Amino acid sequence: MIKKAIPIPKQSVEERIHNFYEVALGYSEDQAVMEASRCLQCPNPFCVGGCPVEIDIPTFIQDIKERKFDEAIMKIKEKNSLPAIAGRVCPQEEQCQKMCVMGKAGDPITIGRLERFVADYEHQRGVKAPQKSRPTGKRVVVVGSGPAGLTAAAELAKFGHEVTIFEALHTTGGVLMYGIPEFRLPKRIVQSEVDYIKKLGVTINTDSLIGKLYTLDELFGHGFDAIFIGSGAGLPRFLRIHGENLCGIYSANEFLIRVNLMKAYRFPEYDTPIWVGKKVAVIGGGNVAMDSARCALRLGAEEVWIIYRRSRQEAPARQEELENAEEEGIKFKFLTNPLKFLSDQYSWVRGMECISMQLGEPDESGRRRPIPIEGSEFIIDVDTVIVAIGQTPNPMIPRTTKGLQTTKWGGIIVEEETGKTSIEGVYAGGDIVSGAATVISAMGAGKKAAKAIHEYLSNNKAEMK
Amino acid sequence: MYKIASKKELAPDIKLIEVYAKQIARKAKPGNFIILRVDDKGERIPITLAGCDINKGTISIAFHEVGKTTIKLGSLNRGDHVMNVVGPLGNATKIGKYGRVLCVGGGVMVAPLCFQAVALRDAGNELITVIGARTEEQVILRKEMKKISSELFIVTDDNSEGYSNLDFLKDLLTTTKIDYAMVMGPLVLMKEVTELTRPYNIKTMVNLNPIMVDGTGMCGACRVTIGGETKFTCTDGPEFDGHLVDFEELEVRRRMYVPKEKIAVLFYRIFGENI
Repeated sequence: MIKKAIPIPKQSVEERIHNFYEVALGYSEDQAVMEASRCLQCPNPFCVGGCPVEIDIPTFIQDIKERKFDEAIMKIKEKNSLPAIAGRVCPQEEQCQKMCVMGKAGDPITIGRLERFVADYEHQRGVKAPQKSRPTGKRVVVVGSGPAGLTAAAELAKFGHEVTIFEALHTTGGVLMYGIPEFRLPKRIVQSEVDYIKKLGVTINTDSLIGKLYTLDELFGHGFDAIFIGSGAGLPRFLRIHGENLCGIYSANEFLIRVNLMKAYRFPEYDTPIWVGKKVAVIGGGNVAMDSARCALRLGAEEVWIIYRRSRQEAPARQEELENAEEEGIKFKFLTNPLKFLSDQYSWVRGMECISMQLGEPDESGRRRPIPIEGSEFIIDVDTVIVAIGQTPNPMIPRTTKGLQTTKWGGIIVEEETGKTSIEGVYAGGDIVSGAATVISAMGAGKKAAKAIHEYLSNNKAEMK
Repeated sequence: MYKIASKKELAPDIKLIEVYAKQIARKAKPGNFIILRVDDKGERIPITLAGCDINKGTISIAFHEVGKTTIKLGSLNRGDHVMNVVGPLGNATKIGKYGRVLCVGGGVMVAPLCFQAVALRDAGNELITVIGARTEEQVILRKEMKKISSELFIVTDDNSEGYSNLDFLKDLLTTTKIDYAMVMGPLVLMKEVTELTRPYNIKTMVNLNPIMVDGTGMCGACRVTIGGETKFTCTDGPEFDGHLVDFEELEVRRRMYVPKEKIAVLFYRIFGENI
């Protein structure tokens, strides 16, 4: 039994902090087979229970072990239409890999890396057009082309429904395009997954902001039978402290959109500019904060700090991303909270007053509540700040749809198991429901809703007859 | 891709184009804006609508060729395409029957102001209009504005036509009862007019144009301080009560990328598309 996982080849730190190419290079065939052969093939596998979309993990790993890579990818695609993405950005260490029996005595099987390997293997050889069911004659709208929308669209198309996606931005992929950086999820990977969705017969309309261009009522009026809303996260949260609108202070959304979607790192070849100074502070402890910090480093910052009010244990970022950031020289100030921003004479940020924190009793999130330590205020010099403390659900559809019930944070209220909203025929899932969460949970929600929509449409059909 | 239906030069460096965008035209209202991207390496820029034609399925926008995007846009002709147009964005202007309305517009923003002014006139308001620019030849849409206004004043910075500053407005405001005001143009103009109307308690609406990236309620670049509170122009605006706007902050934030924008224009002028 090999206790140690096969390490994934990565770009060296010295090299990668100067480019936006993918950091993790992926397993070779032999490496993948070796890693797969560590799998014990448990008769009662726990890993599957840890997967939000219930991929038959042992079977696809066995296929890899036997070098039946085509079978492996087919097995994954039975449950997950976007494996090249999930293999890269899923928090596997919190899900399938956490449950792996091998983890008790050594390293768990690196299921995510294996998923990525077979997905990339398929992409290199050309993705086959998937099987579709007979057309049902039902038409479904999917709002948003992020992980929730793409997954819902794929599933609905496989059921035989005619699917039309409306995407507000100029490109398809949502957060996979505008949020997650190239070095973690290459955009060509996203686009080839989108091509797969198109091969299923899904129509995609970009530049189409639902709520403004069409309301939900108008879409039903156009003869659509059901709607899935996956419009994702919206306005960024700010700290609401003094000086937050100074120049040089970005929301992580703005910063990442400029870098990833608009390719500001290739300015002036690309038209969109970005400004990054020498000393950058990123506020927050999630994956978005890590992404922002690592982008800032690649854009030439000399010093990048992550400022997080709790300790490392509570940081919601993936372990792997924390490690990548640390390796690259990102510095961390845990148990630190900003109090106000300081301005220079031109209204640009020049510093930040912070206070040290200590952990108290657990709060409603189950994590220990950070409490300020009186008298511990200090100032750090920064010339760029990126606020990465989350987003509220996108307001466009809730604000323009009568009868759509939302929480006080603006999230659409749904039935947990089906994604059903307060309006008949309208379903929702992903960040528009849960606030900012993970790619895979959005995919899981898209899938559940697709199944529920299919049932709804099938029953409807029966009634109409 | 969105085809250009017509193109007109309103003044040197100021163009008005009509773009085929049937669905947007159907929904567009005065005060709305669009986000436009000229080509696949282009920046997303917000432009306030200057009109729409439901029958033709077109929207109109006016722009001043000052940045790389607007220079590229200005080089396109009828029949050419722009890559992306999203809209209609932002909240439409509140058109009510206010009575006598003062409309003030500066530079290229006179074009979207005209779109709103027509709607205000149609709602039964009397319009007193002030339009201005740096020089006489940059004053646009005189005839159109004259047609819908009971009085029209022209202001030019170089005194080549009409008044050379807004001092006359002080007299006007003391002698004439104004019920409502609407200002669109450079920030200095909006700020000056709101200061002039403040003592008379005249509700003065301004249409703000901060930096935006997505324009659909995601990036937060367009945040402005209104009455001490942070608001997002794309979802809460773009029209705000001018007496509550922190113009100094907005002015500074708008200038954030000026050095970079100059570099972009310079490179474009030297190398064109071949960077």
